[in-house]
Amino acid sequence: MIYEAVKTESLPKTVYLDNNATTRIDPQVLETMLPFLSDYYGNPSSIHQLGATVGHAMAKAREQVQLLMGAEHASEVVFTSCATEATATAIMSAVEAMPDRKEIITSVVEHPATLQLCQHLERKGYKVHWIGVDNKGRLDIDAFRAALSEQVAVVSIMWANNETGTLFPVEKLAKLAKSVGAQMHVDAVQVAGKYPINVQHTDIDMMSISGHKFHAPKGVGALYLRRGTRFRPLLRGGHQERGRRAGTENAASIIGLGMASEIAYHAMAGETARQSMMRDRLEQGLLARIPSCFVTGNPQERVANTTNIAFEYIEGEALLLMLNQVGVACSSGSACTSGSLEPSHVMKAMNIPFTAAHGTLRFSLSRFTTDDDIDAVLAELPAIVARLRMLSPYWDNDANCGSSEMFAPAYA
Amino acid sequence: MWDYSEKVKQHFFNPKNAKLVSDANARGDVGSISCGDALSLSLKVNPDTEIIEDAGFQTFGCGSAIASSSALTEIIIGKTIDDALKVTNQEIADYLDGLPPEKMHCSVMGMEALHAAVANYRGEVLEDDHEEGELICKCFAIDDLMIKRVVKANGLQSLEEVVNYTKAGGACTSCHEKIEWVLDEALAEMAEAGIDVAAVAKAKAKVAAPQPEIAASSKPQAVTESSSEDDAELAKRKAIIEQVIDEVRPAVHADGGDIHLVDVEDHLVFVSMSGNCSGCGLSGLTLANLEIKISDALGETVTVFPLQPSYDEAEKKEATYDL
Repeated sequence: MIYEAVKTESLPKTVYLDNNATTRIDPQVLETMLPFLSDYYGNPSSIHQLGATVGHAMAKAREQVQLLMGAEHASEVVFTSCATEATATAIMSAVEAMPDRKEIITSVVEHPATLQLCQHLERKGYKVHWIGVDNKGRLDIDAFRAALSEQVAVVSIMWANNETGTLFPVEKLAKLAKSVGAQMHVDAVQVAGKYPINVQHTDIDMMSISGHKFHAPKGVGALYLRRGTRFRPLLRGGHQERGRRAGTENAASIIGLGMASEIAYHAMAGETARQSMMRDRLEQGLLARIPSCFVTGNPQERVANTTNIAFEYIEGEALLLMLNQVGVACSSGSACTSGSLEPSHVMKAMNIPFTAAHGTLRFSLSRFTTDDDIDAVLAELPAIVARLRMLSPYWDNDANCGSSEMFAPAYA
Repeated sequence: MWDYSEKVKQHFFNPKNAKLVSDANARGDVGSISCGDALSLSLKVNPDTEIIEDAGFQTFGCGSAIASSSALTEIIIGKTIDDALKVTNQEIADYLDGLPPEKMHCSVMGMEALHAAVANYRGEVLEDDHEEGELICKCFAIDDLMIKRVVKANGLQSLEEVVNYTKAGGACTSCHEKIEWVLDEALAEMAEAGIDVAAVAKAKAKVAAPQPEIAASSKPQAVTESSSEDDAELAKRKAIIEQVIDEVRPAVHADGGDIHLVDVEDHLVFVSMSGNCSGCGLSGLTLANLEIKISDALGETVTVFPLQPSYDEAEKKEATYDL
């Protein structure tokens, strides 16, 4: 069989600490999905039994996602193909539903799904208020308040940052947005399934989540759309999702998203404690073992599964390649890893010292992370950092410390 | 994850000559920590034979930066400095069985460090012509400043012209939207400065339009005053460039096309491509190769721009602007 080679059993064991990028599908989720990829292939819109079976399973999934979001009604959940689609739907809907308002508020550290859409709208004539952050990644609330006016159609802010895990006070921001009649959209991709959400008791109008960040498959997301919110669909041409998102539903994945939501909801309290303990052990262990490194973002206010550590005088892609060699998977904000050659906009926005801006590593844990995984990183990473620093012209091997002044080329 | 060759991985995981040569008499330092890569190359050159007897590197950078540095030292040890200077960044990349297009700048850094080291050995000072713009075309490493300069110099008005003149967007095409933004900005800046784009285009078309053979042998219509000494220097450089183009022409003929030198302005070399070359997606690669060969022959870094021989728009006013 052609796919035999990629079965997980045949791969060498990986210490997978890149769960903010994507997660493995929970076996229980996969099991729930499989019949809908084989026997139950009906169109959920059809009248017959084969379609109705799928329709009923999707209705259950909607209630499971409602539970995770803390929404008042299941009908406030709109399934989408991904969180990027949910975010585009939310922002475009708000500007179309309120054509007289020509301003948008967002932050400089958003996911590209928000960032580049707002840049696009800026070119179309919208005024975008880009709210900055301080060196710990905390939002400039004064600038946020100053940007608010009755000209603002939509405020789109992330709940937690994907690179640092830093949380924004979105409930407070939603209240402020409401005070000027703007719609509030929250990108909750990095908190869904990791941090308790009770959206019905907030002033949030719209909220995006992504399935594959909490053990559902890739290619499915959801938009929370508060009942009564003025709305314009992004995809037209079908009655699906009550006309709010046309197109035949990705039924099996939606059913998987439902199952993943229910599991995450019930596991949350225990997992938050377990993962934050492991995360802290990893973080403290690395800080103690490796000189010239520090945590980025705001350690006081962040999701339990994420740590982002900057290693000075070395470069992130080189770190990732060496970690990969020993079976550790994580990610970096370095320019060279993204395929874009641009350093991470989040690190730039936080004004990370330039000695470390290219050497950040993000470790993100999940329900499947074990203490052995943490031990593996603590055992491997110090030697890797030391090895790369030995190669670096910015590192003094005798003094075991670095300096940006010891190497200042005449030719940039 | 980048698609690195086995050779790149070898040189990254087990780099050769990762050291500071203790009795070095030449050193080339390039890059900066804020840009994400930096390289210090130290050489021990035999003063009698000018042979590089030892080379070592210290590199801050990604996997391919470290591998390129390692490859560079392996290539140049045993060569005379004159022969070492002939090593192009393409040769460094070839030695590593290729680099992803986005990583070619790592091999360029190696070449620059070598040039800096040789300049240091000879007691010369290199001209630093680096510019920092926003990278638009990743395939050919062309930034917005470069695009704007060429747009303004040639009065370009469409995406297609920018692709033909700069190579930007000529390969994977993913940056076409961005190129249009840069083009719009450049045109707005020209309008603000009161420059008539159409007039510039017309003036430039005059240079580009004649038959390539004639254009190549005639003096370019440069408006700037120049002394006869400069003219002699320019003629010498052009002769060298012509020679390089003559060398590559058989290969271009084989593909059913032709290539001619049109003009040289400072570090910009304008060529015309005809036949199958002009619309071919691979012409950018041919030009990149030509660029390396010309730079090598002249001992300076030049940029090669293809001009469309047919590019001419009838309804343009007389020239009033030259760069």
